[in-house]
Amino acid sequence: MFSSRLARLPSRRLRLANHSARRFQSTEPPPAGGHLPSIATSSFLRTTRDTALRAPGLRWIDADSAALDDVVAGRETRKMNLYQAVRDAMSVAMTKDDTAVVFGEDVAFGGVFRCTMGLAEEFGRERVFNTPLTEQGIAGFGVGLASMGHTAIAEIQFADYIFPAFDQIVNEAAKHRFRSGGQFGVGSLTIRTPTMSVGHGGLYHSQSPEGYFLGAAGLKLVIPRSPIQAKGLLLASIRDPNPVIFMEPKILYRSAVEQVPIDDYELPLGKAEHLTRGNDLTLLTWGTPTYHCETALHMLATPPESLAKHVPASLRSAKVELIDLRTILPWDVETIEESVRRTGRLVIVHEASRTGGVGGEIAAEIQKRCFLKLNAPVKRVTGWDTPVPMQYEKFYIPDALRILDAMVETLTY
Amino acid sequence: MFRISRLPTAVLANASKCRRLATASSQLPEQSHGHLPTSQSPITPKLQFFNSVMEDGKQIPTYRVLDGTGKVIEGAQMPEIDEELARRIYQNMVKLPIIDTLLYNVQRQGKISFYMTAHGEEAAVTGSAAALAGDDEILGQYREMGALLWRGFSYDEVMAQCFGNCEDNSTKGKQMPVHFGSRKYHYHTISSPLATQIPQAAGVAFALKRDPARRGRNCAVVYFGEGAASEGDFHAGMLLASTIPTPTLFIARNNGFAISTPASEQYHGDGIAARGPGYGIHTIRVDGNDVLAVLAAVREGRRLCIEEGRGVLVEAMTYRVGHHSTSDDSFAYRPRQEVEDRKRIDNPIARFRLFLESQGWWNAEQEESYKAEVKKEIMQAFKRHENLPRAELKEMFTDVYGGEEPWNIKEQREELSGLLKKYGSTWEPWKTELKKYRGEGKELLGA
Repeated sequence: MFSSRLARLPSRRLRLANHSARRFQSTEPPPAGGHLPSIATSSFLRTTRDTALRAPGLRWIDADSAALDDVVAGRETRKMNLYQAVRDAMSVAMTKDDTAVVFGEDVAFGGVFRCTMGLAEEFGRERVFNTPLTEQGIAGFGVGLASMGHTAIAEIQFADYIFPAFDQIVNEAAKHRFRSGGQFGVGSLTIRTPTMSVGHGGLYHSQSPEGYFLGAAGLKLVIPRSPIQAKGLLLASIRDPNPVIFMEPKILYRSAVEQVPIDDYELPLGKAEHLTRGNDLTLLTWGTPTYHCETALHMLATPPESLAKHVPASLRSAKVELIDLRTILPWDVETIEESVRRTGRLVIVHEASRTGGVGGEIAAEIQKRCFLKLNAPVKRVTGWDTPVPMQYEKFYIPDALRILDAMVETLTY
Repeated sequence: MFRISRLPTAVLANASKCRRLATASSQLPEQSHGHLPTSQSPITPKLQFFNSVMEDGKQIPTYRVLDGTGKVIEGAQMPEIDEELARRIYQNMVKLPIIDTLLYNVQRQGKISFYMTAHGEEAAVTGSAAALAGDDEILGQYREMGALLWRGFSYDEVMAQCFGNCEDNSTKGKQMPVHFGSRKYHYHTISSPLATQIPQAAGVAFALKRDPARRGRNCAVVYFGEGAASEGDFHAGMLLASTIPTPTLFIARNNGFAISTPASEQYHGDGIAARGPGYGIHTIRVDGNDVLAVLAAVREGRRLCIEEGRGVLVEAMTYRVGHHSTSDDSFAYRPRQEVEDRKRIDNPIARFRLFLESQGWWNAEQEESYKAEVKKEIMQAFKRHENLPRAELKEMFTDVYGGEEPWNIKEQREELSGLLKKYGSTWEPWKTELKKYRGEGKELLGA
């Protein structure tokens, strides 16, 4: 909504950012902070066909999928950014499921972040349609549609505007099966919504409201970090037998680019993914900060000169286990517990405020399960407990330096 | 000078007709079968549905004073207006596209992060603002900077807010551009979520009603678009203002688009006006590109609103000539020619200018010199604010709570302060960023 309705807010900035990142590598002198990975150069992005097809946990959904599970030969990939991958997932879902429809504010012309571009032309306006401007209406409509067994893929234009739909999501969608003794259910409801900051959105275009949904048992909540992840996790969300909130980090829509398998595949819900392996510290995050964590890992291993004095030499060879949580609710306690039992140290990074943030829930559970194994208190690197303040966002949103500092503090505790 | 008495009570008469129509059709036989015990709803033997608040299923008419050439249409009565007021209204309208064009381009150059123009809606905003008392409480949506300028908000204040610098007295740099607010001008701070201001207006109006100094003297005025009127908050606000009741003046700017969604996909009924009688609210639809019609309708609406202490709805029909915002390219969903046609055929500024010229109250020379003066003043303000720093970095943590600061805010500020002391003078990205704040973060660095 905006509501301020700051449609396509990040696009211009992101294109500029990409451009300058590329330029850096060729002609410019090295930046003062040294060469650090950015989203565009992240090693976590699978930019070749082969690596894309071998993404961990990827499960092909074919007519005879059981037989084809590991088949890579003959499959194709296409270069996509995150919004294109989201669009591709919806196209696959609608092709295979005649009941599937896509709706929300401004989706017919392609959506303010371009995620539904061309879908109305491909599947018709009866299946891809604009709704009037009412988030509670969109969610409630989706609940009703899903209760009839149809596949409802709803879009809330910004996660910041999901709150009018809170009642329908928390009291209705989440509780539907429970309250009807299993007679009814809205498992075929998926609500997509752009989330997290782009650096200049302020109070109402930068929020990460995932924490508000933690208490809504019956609901799943997923946040992808990349195009391959977005397609596989969205298809899994659409087909999961539970209502799912699917939050897409909007700064990644254009900046995260991968080769994405064009076939139908899913990635598992409720499963975190290891991005690096190590026994010294567990670094847990989801969405956009995944890339800040990657940068911080580089800074830890080879600190730029200006930071060298803050990173003791003994820590530079530390092996950090970076984990992308991916599903926020219900979260993969098994993977995190196993990791922290080995590392004895946990740093959690999220953009949302600390108080009431998802990090608090994870920290409590992990300290209970790993109490005797912990070598340092669980540390949280988060937004501050204020609304997101536009002109102060650089010092509000956790960046690589704050993550580095937290790792150093935790490793030297 | 025109001195024509207040609008005829046509508005009232119409509205009360609507009220009746909302519960029963006028075509019912006169013969009485009595009425329901708990209401005035007459019993009828006729099985008949209705789907209009007007007789014979007609659309609600649009009130107009000036035609496209600036002439008073036959049968219309001029609102009370003299040369001075007319010129002031016109000048306020002329200012808007000058500021909008500058700030739109400034955003394109990357100097501000965002902007929203009011192209095409200059009459709807200015005409309504001119009909209010200066201390009526305004709750805007986001495209009503014109109402704030009408009350005296300066170019400096506009620029400071859009740049989010240390002089931004609207939000201290915390909100995106165009989120103005001013206690002094009774203009409640803009919030991006749509329609949230609508039920709030009913609460504001209730407070006015309870205040002996303002009761019967002021109302709350709430602006919103036809898109926002689809939110649940719109319905809640209308219902509360009519039921409790409270003196709330609802002004719908029906500009035809909510980002890409045309009004035709926003509602199936007869616009926003048709909803008024459903809530028992006096309603009028007005040509939003005719500033005199807007002025007259809002004046009369305000009078009714305060006199009866109940909600009144004005639906101003206009057209969003500009893109939704700087993040939008409207030619992705509407033809460029449609916009060009609207600009040419139905330009609210040109229409009023023709009227002023016909009265001898304005001429080409004045037009030129006034525009030049506005441009000069705006450029001066722009140049000054372009280079002002942001507020102090510590402001990030202020105004979260009033009263005693909670421990978590205090500790988190100290945490940031510790990080800045450790890295603020050596880590280049932070050093560069700190320079943008007044004091360069020294208040947190403890230097």
